[in-house]
Amino acid sequence: MSGYFKDIITGLKSLAVGLQITNKEFLTKPITLLYPHESVKMYPRYRGHIELVKDPETGMNSCICCGMCEKGCPSGSISVKSEKRPGVKGKVLTAYILNFTTCSLCGQCVENCKPGAIRFSNEYNLASTRREDYIFNLLEKLHPEGIPEPEVDPELLKKELEKAEAAKKAAAAKKEAAAKQEAAKKEPAKEGGESKAEEKS
Amino acid sequence: MSSLAQSHLRETFELNIGPQHPATHGVLRIKVVMDGEYIDRAEPILGYIHRMHEKMGENRTWNQFWPNMGRLDYLSAMAYNHCYAGLMERAAGIEVPERAEYIRVITAELNRIQSHLLGFGAYIMDLGGFTPLMYAMDEREQILDLLESVTGSRLTYCYFRFGGVYNDIDDDFITGTRAFLKRFRPQIPMYHKLVTGNAILMDRLIGVGPVSAEMCRKYGATGPVLRGSGVNYDIRRNEPYSVYPELDFDIPVYKECDSMARYMVRMDEMVQSCRIIENALNKLPEGPVMAEKVPKALKPPNGDYHYAVEAARGTFSMRTVSDGTNTSYRMRLRSPTYSNVSLFEEASRGMLLSDALAFLGSLDPVIPEMDR
Repeated sequence: MSGYFKDIITGLKSLAVGLQITNKEFLTKPITLLYPHESVKMYPRYRGHIELVKDPETGMNSCICCGMCEKGCPSGSISVKSEKRPGVKGKVLTAYILNFTTCSLCGQCVENCKPGAIRFSNEYNLASTRREDYIFNLLEKLHPEGIPEPEVDPELLKKELEKAEAAKKAAAAKKEAAAKQEAAKKEPAKEGGESKAEEKS
Repeated sequence: MSSLAQSHLRETFELNIGPQHPATHGVLRIKVVMDGEYIDRAEPILGYIHRMHEKMGENRTWNQFWPNMGRLDYLSAMAYNHCYAGLMERAAGIEVPERAEYIRVITAELNRIQSHLLGFGAYIMDLGGFTPLMYAMDEREQILDLLESVTGSRLTYCYFRFGGVYNDIDDDFITGTRAFLKRFRPQIPMYHKLVTGNAILMDRLIGVGPVSAEMCRKYGATGPVLRGSGVNYDIRRNEPYSVYPELDFDIPVYKECDSMARYMVRMDEMVQSCRIIENALNKLPEGPVMAEKVPKALKPPNGDYHYAVEAARGTFSMRTVSDGTNTSYRMRLRSPTYSNVSLFEEASRGMLLSDALAFLGSLDPVIPEMDR
């Protein structure tokens, strides 16, 4: 019977101690934020999805389309589309597709990028109910008003045209030579045929 | 045992706890044969969240395996990062700058406190008390903010690299960590006052779920489960790695072998982690955070390598066999929760169902890490 009362006393005591702390906490300021009205400041190092960096001098991306980000990605989330344009040095980025549904934000692409053309963004409001919304074209995100055409270097264009012309000429010459050779080959064959015919008769 | 169990007219029924049940902390299913309110046999069934992490390690390059390390134990991912970094540095013979090692220890210990805080809050919620979780979350948010400011992510960290860390910590992080320690230290006595001294909690934990040191050895249980059974075993002391030998801390050990002992080990470990962090911040040397000349495509020489760390839930160790190429020939991950939960079947025999759930919570399982 004494144990029964002792239990009640210790129980009430621990209840009082607990409530004391709860009451103290009740009077402090709330530590939560009312999310849609206020939001948390993001840290500059926060890893959102990757984004292309705009070069302040040219206003373009500095991607050289080497494909190292694509190769280094553990989940194959990145695909870089590029093409050669006349009069532009190197390859031109035409689309940078990031499939964010499979990205794990490990940072291998950012580390692999030699020219520093990609970095983590601070974007986190990405909720959506459609899967297609997470397949980003980062080039379009970088230039929302339309992808600008790369500047054509007239000297380089001239050089390239000359080179192409030369290559064309060379190819034509090669073709001619090949045709001549073919004809030369055919002639002895013809002769052989004739001789055969003679033998038969 | 109930009187029914001893009679010849023994009637039992099967009960499935999980795979979706809040008390199992994830997708763990426990098939229980019940004899009234008492457990006859409880069989944990795993594999609901198996993702083949070991196999992934064998068909990805060494660098590409990094993001997987944040997704085993999502609560103490930093320790897992540490293990993989240590393993490959041992394999490839990379010297790590001292500052990087200190940063690793500081972030890993912050992560350990965070993990134990959630373990504490979730455990009390298992037992029916909701408020302590909110207090624990308050402090935990501070740690997550600190770690986010330096690593960029809140839980699934991918911060360590072979030969160092991704980026250096700044003064804001150091002052923030010091401020956090100052704020957090008085909270622990408050938790003890609010929770540990509570009459209901003491009734539910003391003497419940006995796990002897023998049983721990049999099943390979480590971490707070083993230290709650009176065995002083901690990888940080027994097989020191990183800069732990230079730091000053104690290993809390309780001899009671019950759920209360395991709970107390976790609470005391948080205090010790605070000590480690403070110590490491005081000793933090200047210098680079990345070793020089770490090859991009790592190709460790042929061999069999092993590395173990003390994660929040026990010993996590990795073993890899390298055949000199840029992928692993065999990757083996030894996760602590797998061993800790495997003793549940033996220990829970004849236990009340409600006690068994209190016991399972004291093992603090993290299911994605168990299934790997």
